[in-house]
Amino acid sequence: MTDTNGDVRLSGISKTYGSFTAVHPLDLTVPQGSFFALLGASGCGKTTTLRMIAGLEEPTTGTVALGDQDVTALPPYKRPVNTVFQSYALFPHLDVFENVAFGLRRRGIKSVKKQVEEMLELVQLGEQVRKKPHQLSGGQQQRVAVARALINHPKVLLLDEPLGALDLKLRRQMQLELKRIQTEVGITFIHVTHDQEEAMTMADTVAVMNAGRVEQLGSPAELYENPQSTFVANFLGTSNLIEAEVDAKSGDEIIVKAADSKLVLPAARCSAPASAGGKVLVGIRPEKISLTHADDAGSIPEGRNRITGTIADASFIGVSTQYVIDSPVCDEFAVYVQNIERDGRLVPGAEVVLHWSPAHTFGLDANQDIDAGVESVEEEAAA
Amino acid sequence: MTTVTEAPPLAPTPVEEPRRPRRRGRLVPYWLLLPGILWLLVFFALPMVYQASTSVQTGSLEEGYKVTWHFATYWDALSEYWPQFLRSVLYAGVATVLCLLLGYPLAYLIAFRAGRWRNVILVLVIAPFFTSFLIRTLAWKTILADGGPVVGALSSLHVLDVTSWLGITAGERVLATPLAVVCGLTYNFLPFMILPLYTSLERIDGRLHEAAGDLYAKPFTTFRKVTFPLSMPGVVSGTLLTFIPASGDYVNADLLGSTDTRMVGNVIQTQFLRILDYPTAAALSFILMAAILVMVTLYIRKSGTEDLV
Amino acid sequence: MSLGSFGRSIRRNLVVIAGLLTLAYLLLPNIVVTVFSFNDPKGRFNYEWQKFSTDAWTDPCGVADLCGSLALSLQIAAWATLGATVLGTMIAFALVRYRFRARGAVNSLIFMPMAMPEVVMAASLLTLFLNMGTPLGFWTILIAHIMFCLSFVVTAVKARVMSMDPRLEQAAQDLYAGPFQTFIRVTLPIAAPGIAAGALLAFALSFDDFIITNFNAGSTVTFPMFVWGSAQRGTPVQINVIGTAMFLVAVLCVLAGMMVGRRSRQKA
Repeated sequence: MTDTNGDVRLSGISKTYGSFTAVHPLDLTVPQGSFFALLGASGCGKTTTLRMIAGLEEPTTGTVALGDQDVTALPPYKRPVNTVFQSYALFPHLDVFENVAFGLRRRGIKSVKKQVEEMLELVQLGEQVRKKPHQLSGGQQQRVAVARALINHPKVLLLDEPLGALDLKLRRQMQLELKRIQTEVGITFIHVTHDQEEAMTMADTVAVMNAGRVEQLGSPAELYENPQSTFVANFLGTSNLIEAEVDAKSGDEIIVKAADSKLVLPAARCSAPASAGGKVLVGIRPEKISLTHADDAGSIPEGRNRITGTIADASFIGVSTQYVIDSPVCDEFAVYVQNIERDGRLVPGAEVVLHWSPAHTFGLDANQDIDAGVESVEEEAAA
Repeated sequence: MTTVTEAPPLAPTPVEEPRRPRRRGRLVPYWLLLPGILWLLVFFALPMVYQASTSVQTGSLEEGYKVTWHFATYWDALSEYWPQFLRSVLYAGVATVLCLLLGYPLAYLIAFRAGRWRNVILVLVIAPFFTSFLIRTLAWKTILADGGPVVGALSSLHVLDVTSWLGITAGERVLATPLAVVCGLTYNFLPFMILPLYTSLERIDGRLHEAAGDLYAKPFTTFRKVTFPLSMPGVVSGTLLTFIPASGDYVNADLLGSTDTRMVGNVIQTQFLRILDYPTAAALSFILMAAILVMVTLYIRKSGTEDLV
Repeated sequence: MSLGSFGRSIRRNLVVIAGLLTLAYLLLPNIVVTVFSFNDPKGRFNYEWQKFSTDAWTDPCGVADLCGSLALSLQIAAWATLGATVLGTMIAFALVRYRFRARGAVNSLIFMPMAMPEVVMAASLLTLFLNMGTPLGFWTILIAHIMFCLSFVVTAVKARVMSMDPRLEQAAQDLYAGPFQTFIRVTLPIAAPGIAAGALLAFALSFDDFIITNFNAGSTVTFPMFVWGSAQRGTPVQINVIGTAMFLVAVLCVLAGMMVGRRSRQKA
């Protein structure tokens, strides 16, 4: 390829249908060769964004550029972009070979046999060339869809919920496989999904979308460890959010007060403007918390954030035990404890002290819905 | 580096008009529709207008007809031919009910009980279509022939005594009686009842029957409370597909009936093709059309199934 | 088997028995037609059984005008099918794939011919031809047949196109197929069963149509017209031969189709 710069650049791109805004004006750059995920609940605008890149949807405003080329006005069949559709959209009247060869033939390439066979080898479907799509399993269909798109060596491969139709075990397997293929071919992948685990497993960079806007963008670890909105905090994994008042600011630490407890929050991990007397939301992930029976409270080292409470519920789930704690600062505090040495006294009704390292605490702007993103997760789980 | 920023809100320009679809001409649907719709307008809708105009013309074949707004034709036609109208509605109505009663068990059988015979039975329902319906209707002349096995059996079972008393057969004859005409109509339009019924029954999830049984419904209650309500779309379109053509039919009345079983179709046909009294024929046809439209509209409203098309 | 359990099994299978009786009612005339195609009737009418003969089968065209009318009917049915299928498919695609004004009006116009007694359409079309001074014959029959077959084709094709996943066409576009290529390579092959069903229906309707043809044929005689005429003048055994042969051909075609379908499913 002549141009070395294969970045996907979206500038001020938006989509409105009548009075409904599916995607608010958005700037986004996806570097060449990266595995990029658009993560969000259904209806958040992620698929619309993807379809605008593919050319299947026309942006209301803004431009789409691939490298130096503005492709906004190009129809899908003239864009060097291919898509793996939701539920695959394999042509039911063509066999696997012809499905995969479709794009090559449309571009007037006569000798397709070798390329198709190589591609089917890559996705481990060499044996199935003459089968029709309906004779394949879900996982096999998924591979055909990937092969059919990749064989065209697109600058960008778009994946629209590619694993949505597979069962859990197969989904895990295909996640790793897609990652392997992406590393092997080095093409930019843009992946749309509502499954946060899937996005975090596969992508280098994840953009979390909500209501037509990108809430936060970064590496999976960054998003998880330091969410910057309640939506991201709740949508990616589980967060305990505590409403607190800023007590004092000292150096790179913020001291906050929630009920009777004083908590320490690193200033660098607080995305809200924190002035003394102001409100913030203090967040902590359930697995960062340690649980100690109230009788042993003295053994907790100094310098840790602590909260007292009562165990309301405990569920044993194998690798860990998940507790729900009633505490003065928060009704349903979630705590996940690894099952290494189980303390027999930690049963419902027991008085406990929750404590964690201040370095794991994060702070969020209090002027937002504390439950944002919780419902979306539940809806997806129900769907 | 990957970056994301909210693009600055667009300057206070008014909301931009969505760009016109660039790849699909806006005229494409109209070009696709044009020939077919034109065909229907010229050869279906326009004739209705001509028919309406013919119905208010006066004149004679020799001198030609002129529009004189002679609405009396309608009154004359109705007062002379109301028995045929009544008969059409009655025969078509009875045939429709019979079709429903006969067709439902067969449709049910194909949908739920036929197993691997399903396709075979479906073929047997459809295949008779390929023998011209006139030939098949003529076969009824043989089946119902005077002194034939069917009439003999009905006679010895004293069924004919009852039907004669009801006035739908005459003596030891079935041919040339209302019974024969209704029997022919029922036979001819039965597949039009069975196929829509089958289509809507086939969509019903068989597990619903099990669920109803599990919830203490006896088989007949299951049918009444679950199966039948779910098959209503099929019942509605089946009855329409049977009643409408049956009410305008004249083939059965002509081949299997007598002068006493003439339906409105027979009158229209005779007036148009033999007597050549075009205004009366057009008026009769117009009345039939209006009556059917009113009845169908009321029926569809009542049954609440407006998405038949 | 005790009497009680016999009664119970009757009751359980009541619907099957009733259904099979209806099926018998449907098939009885065809059996009569077939049996009487081997009859050697005494008079002009073939309504009473006389004696077995294969004369009619060895000489199916032995009656004046019969095979001519059959050929004419097949010819008209073929052209009407072609016309109605092309026009109807275009309308169906427009209705499913595009948003446009007057959609409701178009839908009503499509529905009306199916909700109208044939005799009304036949009579009104005749008034048009009479007023226009159009000579009745082959062309007026063809025009009428395309007219009433059209709606049925639209309905059949529409159902198929509606159930089609729009993503398939988007996938084709994504894979470098322009609008025309997409239509030829993807849309048409997938819509084909619906179009075929519509065409088959149009052929059957046109071939078997009597009422509309009766009004608009003038002195032209199609096969149903011939049968109608013979019902007044005398029914030759040959019409039973033709009727039986059509039935058998239809059943054989369906069986062959099912067989091919099954084989291709096994092979693939």
